[in-house]
Amino acid sequence: MRSKVGRSRLFRTLGVAASAGALLAACGSSSSASTSGGGASSKPIVIGISLPLGGDFSADGLAFKQGYQLWADNVNAHGGILGRQVQLKIVSDNSDPAQAQTDYQQLITVDHVDLTFGPFSTLLTIPAAKVAARYGYAMIEGAGGGPTVFAQGLHNVFDVSAPVANAMVPFAKWLASLPPSQRPKTAAYPTSNDPFTEPQILLAKKIMEAAGIKTVYFNVFGSEVTDFTPIASAVAATNADVVMLGSVDVPTASAFIQDFAQQHYNPKAFIATGGPDQGSQFIQAVGQSNANGTMVPNTWYPGAKTPGSAALVQAYIAKYGGTASAVSADVAEAYSVGQVTQQAIEHVGKVNNQAIISYLHSGVTLTSVQGPVKFNALGENTAALIFGFQWVNGNFQQVLPLSDPASSGLQYPKPNWGA
Amino acid sequence: MVTDFIRAVIDGVLSGSVYALMAAGLTLIFGVMEVINVAQGILVILGAYLSYVLSVHLGIDLFAGLIITIPVMFILGVGIQWGLMSRLGEREKVSMSILVTYAVAIILEGALDLIFGPSYQQLTAWYVNQSMHVLGFYLPYIYVFGFLLAVVLLGALYFILYRTEFGRSLRAAQQNRTAARLIGIDVNRVSAITFGIGVAVTAAGGMVFGATTSFNANSSADLISRLLTIIILGGMGSIGGAMGASVLMLVVEALVSTFWSPTWATLVFYAVLVVVLAVRPAGLFGQKAVRAQ
Repeated sequence: MRSKVGRSRLFRTLGVAASAGALLAACGSSSSASTSGGGASSKPIVIGISLPLGGDFSADGLAFKQGYQLWADNVNAHGGILGRQVQLKIVSDNSDPAQAQTDYQQLITVDHVDLTFGPFSTLLTIPAAKVAARYGYAMIEGAGGGPTVFAQGLHNVFDVSAPVANAMVPFAKWLASLPPSQRPKTAAYPTSNDPFTEPQILLAKKIMEAAGIKTVYFNVFGSEVTDFTPIASAVAATNADVVMLGSVDVPTASAFIQDFAQQHYNPKAFIATGGPDQGSQFIQAVGQSNANGTMVPNTWYPGAKTPGSAALVQAYIAKYGGTASAVSADVAEAYSVGQVTQQAIEHVGKVNNQAIISYLHSGVTLTSVQGPVKFNALGENTAALIFGFQWVNGNFQQVLPLSDPASSGLQYPKPNWGA
Repeated sequence: MVTDFIRAVIDGVLSGSVYALMAAGLTLIFGVMEVINVAQGILVILGAYLSYVLSVHLGIDLFAGLIITIPVMFILGVGIQWGLMSRLGEREKVSMSILVTYAVAIILEGALDLIFGPSYQQLTAWYVNQSMHVLGFYLPYIYVFGFLLAVVLLGALYFILYRTEFGRSLRAAQQNRTAARLIGIDVNRVSAITFGIGVAVTAAGGMVFGATTSFNANSSADLISRLLTIIILGGMGSIGGAMGASVLMLVVEALVSTFWSPTWATLVFYAVLVVVLAVRPAGLFGQKAVRAQ
């Protein structure tokens, strides 16, 4: 008797819960600035942005928000663009691609923003860029560099950062270049099934295998995994010389490091696609002694000598506090989006998406705190430089490529965990 | 091969105990009140943040801090029951309780996000990264301690449920609230205390979770589906079932991850649920089994 009633109740209940979830999700995005039309030249230029201020990418979303805001502050402090102030309209997608799609639809068709900037991650950029393309908006972004973004065949996407697939190449080539006596013999590649991580891992694996580095572990895990213990333990059991982890966030990287430390497994090199680049958040999660020697590829670090980089770090510390090491590369990626957009607007002399798209496709080389920016027909930044970074005694420093004068102090083998 | 098998089983058992700590409160609350507390995930995270505050700002050891966090969470649970759940009408109580606990989850998540920000935190102590070497296997202290804590707390819950006057009242309310009222049991009081206990146990689960995983306010989203799966598999309302199902699920997941692929581990987690429910619709320790204990 009870089971029938219970079952009927359960279905009703699930229905109510689903409806409530949909309702609350719909109400979930909130605006942080008021809307303003951009028709007259005295009016501010309104830029619509959806960011993951909740959900899996919330930490990156916050860093992106900071980067966009710092750029807008800087522009407005210097008289704006073409004499117009910049106003950001930022809404949250809670790391949900469907919500990102809805947000951009709303920003363009209801709020009538003048321009759109990209969200965070390859996952969220794809739906965002599709909506922007539908309405003829340029989608200038800094963290949607996965091959799947460019495979959409969209003409309006411009990623100011380096194409993701090449990110691990400097590290893989460096290992391959080591003399046989120093070159690692084995490597393990655990990676999440994310469009950001897998392309990087696969390309690097190919380079390392060609150099004779044997693959002893390669497995893909779902992004919904919360307990990494069995995967990390299986990697530790291989005793691989090198671990290349395909991670998108701090929790994944820290879970593997914690398990490796517990298993007393010390690979000669540990590099992750994401996590160690998150400044103080990464240090808080793993502790400075465990961070020592961990590596991550990226296009920027707080000590970068690119024009405007030092000023960005200074402005960040002045506004948000902390130290230079705490400034995440996400901040620079977002800031670069603003810089590239500003140069495009100033060159075409008006806030016009079609003119901006044409200009960015013209083969012109622009500048950003991450270095030079030049787009190919797909919207990839072909001029981007990729470096390898390592945590060395609490400092996040550039160590690869060795040929770059700014690279120094590479620790190999890395110190043991906790040392 | 054998070594890999043993290691996977050890991983599964130790990780399973952490999930048991997190799921026990959920199943207890459902068993007595037929309330599916979808705020359980964020309560786990709240427990982790409370331990974080005590550890970082007052220097209190994570396990010692439970002496403070468990009563605090108990009071919060009683407050939720008294302030919100008890005000719901009987007719639509089950469905409305999901809405109410969902609202509690949203409010708590927003508050934690506001207070602590989206930056990830992790609880630290000497035993978090250390391990003991036993018969060729490294057993992380945090998981071993977490396992012992789960045994002690779930054992205590079992004792309360089946060896005390309050437990008899609670089980009477679990079986038939109207009849329980007729024989003089203060069902509202029992419900409030049960909700309090259910949330209090979560403090321990949150502490161990926070010591083994980086977390922020949004980390609850991935947790709740797994916790619901565990209590459905174990039999909703069964404390032993929550423990058994947690261990079973995590062992299966660890074995699949080790011998097949992590890609399939999560899928198998849910496939096991489907298979078990097809054979035993009430779960491993369904209502009948619970009442017979």
